[in-house]
Amino acid sequence: MSSSLIDVSNLEIAFGGGSVRAVRGVSFSLGQEKLGIVGESGSGKSTVGRAIMRLLPPTAMVSAERMSFRDVDLLKVDEREMMTIRGRRIGLILQDPKYSLNPVMRIGEQIAETYRLHYPKASAKQAHGQTLEMLDAVKIREVERVARLYPHEISGGMGQRVMIAMMLIAEPEVLIADEPTSALDVTVRLEILALLDELVARRNLGLIFISHDLNLVRNFCDRVLIMYAGRVVEVLEARDLDKARHPYTQGLLASLPSIDDPPARLPILKRDPSWLDGKILERTR
Amino acid sequence: MIEIDNLTIRFAAGQRPVVRNISFGVEKGAAFGLVGESGCGKSTVLRAISGLNPNYQGSIELDGDILDRRRDRPFFRRVQMVFQDPYGSLHPRKTIRSQLKEPLRNQGLATGSMDVDALLRSVGLDPSLSYRFPHQLSGGQRQRVAIARALVLNPAVLLLDEPTSALDVSVQAEILNLLDDLRRERGLTYLLVSHDLAVVSHMCSRVAIMEAGEIVEQVNIERLRKGEVEHPYSQRLLRASRTYGKQREVVA
Repeated sequence: MSSSLIDVSNLEIAFGGGSVRAVRGVSFSLGQEKLGIVGESGSGKSTVGRAIMRLLPPTAMVSAERMSFRDVDLLKVDEREMMTIRGRRIGLILQDPKYSLNPVMRIGEQIAETYRLHYPKASAKQAHGQTLEMLDAVKIREVERVARLYPHEISGGMGQRVMIAMMLIAEPEVLIADEPTSALDVTVRLEILALLDELVARRNLGLIFISHDLNLVRNFCDRVLIMYAGRVVEVLEARDLDKARHPYTQGLLASLPSIDDPPARLPILKRDPSWLDGKILERTR
Repeated sequence: MIEIDNLTIRFAAGQRPVVRNISFGVEKGAAFGLVGESGCGKSTVLRAISGLNPNYQGSIELDGDILDRRRDRPFFRRVQMVFQDPYGSLHPRKTIRSQLKEPLRNQGLATGSMDVDALLRSVGLDPSLSYRFPHQLSGGQRQRVAIARALVLNPAVLLLDEPTSALDVSVQAEILNLLDDLRRERGLTYLLVSHDLAVVSHMCSRVAIMEAGEIVEQVNIERLRKGEVEHPYSQRLLRASRTYGKQREVVA
């Protein structure tokens, strides 16, 4: 991967004055691909995403051999320069649109506000035009009408489309999606994924897709990092997930209930202390 | 065990009905699933059965008796509910031990002879956890406590409202196994509400699929697995749930 967008090497993140090591020695690089980060609650997957965006609270102790976005060193860059990257060049989509949208502002205004923040010279009219175009790109019908609605007047699926529109309007190079579909119903989930897929392909984005849902990542991503207790335990191509060698990955896959051939009892994950420090299993083509 | 006949539910008298004319029955000792997407009214049905919402028409029958609109105390000895989020359903400032005694206190029964330790063991928890507060437990442990609390009065029916949606898949597997075991050991009857068809088909023998306040189809699990569902919405839901675990072409 010669043209990597994000490069992370040996990332360590600790809280509580170093007593809680939330992320331990995580390394990966992201090209123009869809990279999934999977793990259970507390495995540190969201913390990695937030570290890249430099959105961790000041109490977090972040260190790494390397954490860069293109030629920008994310460890050293000051807050002023970060403002030109965050949202503008790296976008973040969060789980629940209900909490991410401003409840007392019309949807169109919120998207236009984002646009004008990143393109201060743009006129109101330009921003409005871009907004409608973006809403159209995320497949919202009757864009004029929807732009005038407030967040409580739209459904969860539409809310997430709006969030995606808002993130993409600044034309970022990398998108970090933190559980973007967990709050949505299955049928809506597939629509949002198809949309993300299309947008990522068309705009040549790098996507980091953080999720606890193995099935989803297997369908959607190119490559997957499996995290356990703050470490990456396995890296593999999404289509090879069935051939996972790490017992943790295998255990997670086995514990999923299935419609087609349900076992009498679901196998239960037996956690092995050696997973905490074992070696990283890697399989790439 | 449960017979629902022509049930229509409103959030307040005179308002638009949110659940319309639904009927279904659950046999004693069986597990029955209600699936559907957010807002289809599946949880509303559970809340009406449990007595949390008295604004309904039609009848709810429990073990042959038609229930009064106002549930009496003995009702809660027969029917208990487990909610989705154990964070919200456990009292944050009471110890586990004291919360587990609450159902007995509510019924005006003596709590002195209650064996909290045995109860905790029956849901796979270490009795030493009983002096902790909910925030000192993990999500899975909290849900086990919520299940234990529902079992205190030895009910015949458990109403389960998305009992594993807030949990990781690995923990979900443990809780589903536990619920399965408890049903077998104690001959419990389950009414399980979930948006996850895989969870419902793992747990239940029969399922009703709801859309926009109505049951569009009821089907046995074997037929569901074979894909023998007739209503277009059921087909769509089944297809979406399956796609999800399988071929990537369909998504991309």
